[in-house]
Amino acid sequence: MSSDLARLGVAEAADGLAAGDCSAVELVEACIAAQEAARDLNVVVADTAERARAAAVHADQRRRRNEARPLEGIPVAVKDIFCTEGVATTACSRILDGFVPEYESTVSARLWEAGAILVGKTNMDEFAMGSSNETSRCGPVRNPWSPVDGPSLVPGGSSGGSAAVVAASAVPAALGTDTGGSIRQPASFCGVVGLKPTYGRCSRWGIIAFASSLDQAGPLTRSVADAALILEHIAGFDPRDSTSADLAVPDLHAALQGNVKGLRVGVPSEYRLDSLPSSISDLWEQGIVWFRDAGAELREVSLPHTRYALPAYYIVAPAEASANLARYDGVRFGARSMGTDPDELYTRTRRDGFGEEVRRRIMIGGYVLSEGYYDAYYLRAQQVRTRIAEDFRQAFQDVDVLLTPTTPSSAFPEGDKTDDPLAMYVNDIFTVPASLAGLPAISVPAGLDEAGLPLGLQLVGRAFDEVTLLQAATILEDAAGTFRPPTVAA
Amino acid sequence: MALTDDDVRRVAELVRIRLDETEVKPLGEELSRIFSWIEALREVDVAGVAPMTSVVEMQLRERDDAVTDGNCPDRILGNAPAAEDGHFVVPRVIE
Repeated sequence: MSSDLARLGVAEAADGLAAGDCSAVELVEACIAAQEAARDLNVVVADTAERARAAAVHADQRRRRNEARPLEGIPVAVKDIFCTEGVATTACSRILDGFVPEYESTVSARLWEAGAILVGKTNMDEFAMGSSNETSRCGPVRNPWSPVDGPSLVPGGSSGGSAAVVAASAVPAALGTDTGGSIRQPASFCGVVGLKPTYGRCSRWGIIAFASSLDQAGPLTRSVADAALILEHIAGFDPRDSTSADLAVPDLHAALQGNVKGLRVGVPSEYRLDSLPSSISDLWEQGIVWFRDAGAELREVSLPHTRYALPAYYIVAPAEASANLARYDGVRFGARSMGTDPDELYTRTRRDGFGEEVRRRIMIGGYVLSEGYYDAYYLRAQQVRTRIAEDFRQAFQDVDVLLTPTTPSSAFPEGDKTDDPLAMYVNDIFTVPASLAGLPAISVPAGLDEAGLPLGLQLVGRAFDEVTLLQAATILEDAAGTFRPPTVAA
Repeated sequence: MALTDDDVRRVAELVRIRLDETEVKPLGEELSRIFSWIEALREVDVAGVAPMTSVVEMQLRERDDAVTDGNCPDRILGNAPAAEDGHFVVPRVIE
């Protein structure tokens, strides 16, 4: 009974609570038990069980008083990059050891104001820098799709814990953040839905910053409708984020019932890489057929600057990261390695506190921003970024959404790419372009490869047109069905 | 594009990350490999292209220049590795 409750989606659980089929206490207990049972996955890095139990009692009381809010009693796990008041938040970095925020991120605060309950802070790549969750100081996450007797597969990253906990049916929804693919890539690897909203749609306030012109929060869920429901509650204007968009949030959940006849779906030819495994190109072709069968119009489009997106990203993101991470100095918060003068304090603290990949990216950022190199690297990358955004603008004159694979491979074994940063960076080849252009994008589970591992297809939409994006995503979902790991499916 | 040992030392100093002398060479080689991959950007014609400064088209907002927060030294110092009498504690700066 209790593990069945943890398998409910957001909308199903909300209906069950409203109908009195279960209580918030039962639902929260079921998720706590499921997370406990999935302990070997290493998805949860901060224990929130006691708080969650107290919040569940409160939620049931509100419901009895007919004061239930839209997400009253719904458990949600939150990536360890969102500041949660009174709950340790470290972005899975040693340098934030012992940090307990005095404030709550806008996005998570909105969830709690809508009645949702925090059940689990989730594991992630350190400061969201990684595509496999292996840079976490809390250790790697095991993908629930890993073969029982085989090697541990990575869940993707950086929101690896959030994707894995949802895939393991140990919570109905989780929050992640996406800078270059950190929601969509793990969603694809774990067989769940991952939505990156338009840049500016959700407030960045209270989210530990990686690259401020790219970071965006979004949901990971087991259905498109649930992703829409969560987005509806976390989106919206926030005066505390200077790039927050002052736009009304559409009724996303209701919009899913809309008609998609005549939808124009673009297929970018530059994404047809020779190196793409046939399981992925076949699935992509299948996706095209599904849309055609649903009455959509398919068009080949060109995004000529696609191949420059990753190199541009690896200038822009590290440059912004080196500036954002300058605040970790061992003085105001987090861990400290003492020195005899301030400079020694800084250099020791940052050496001991940051992991290898984070130090590497700070070095790249420091170099491209340094005197004499700024124009050649940073300025040029921002010009290339303009070109990439123009490509998309051009394409969206002829189509309403773009259909691409989410990742160039399925989940790979732990340790496979840790010695080669460039091989790791290539994981985000299909997700980074939309990030650079600030566009909304979603990964929808679409099939399994020959090894039985999940693969996602990505849809990219126009800026602030999450409605069309989600409508298109439901077509994929309806055609493909949903996927649960064999260990969880029983 | 190859980074020299001095480049590596200079950048490490700029970003305030202590580096052991034995790490300089391998790190330089690794960063050089990443930068030669980034060199592809030189192929793009960017003449007359404005660098992206705003990801989505929006007007920058203004607000009143007024204090809206503050008077909470305990909360601000609450996460400090060392604090005393309402101050952060750092190593001696002036002899």
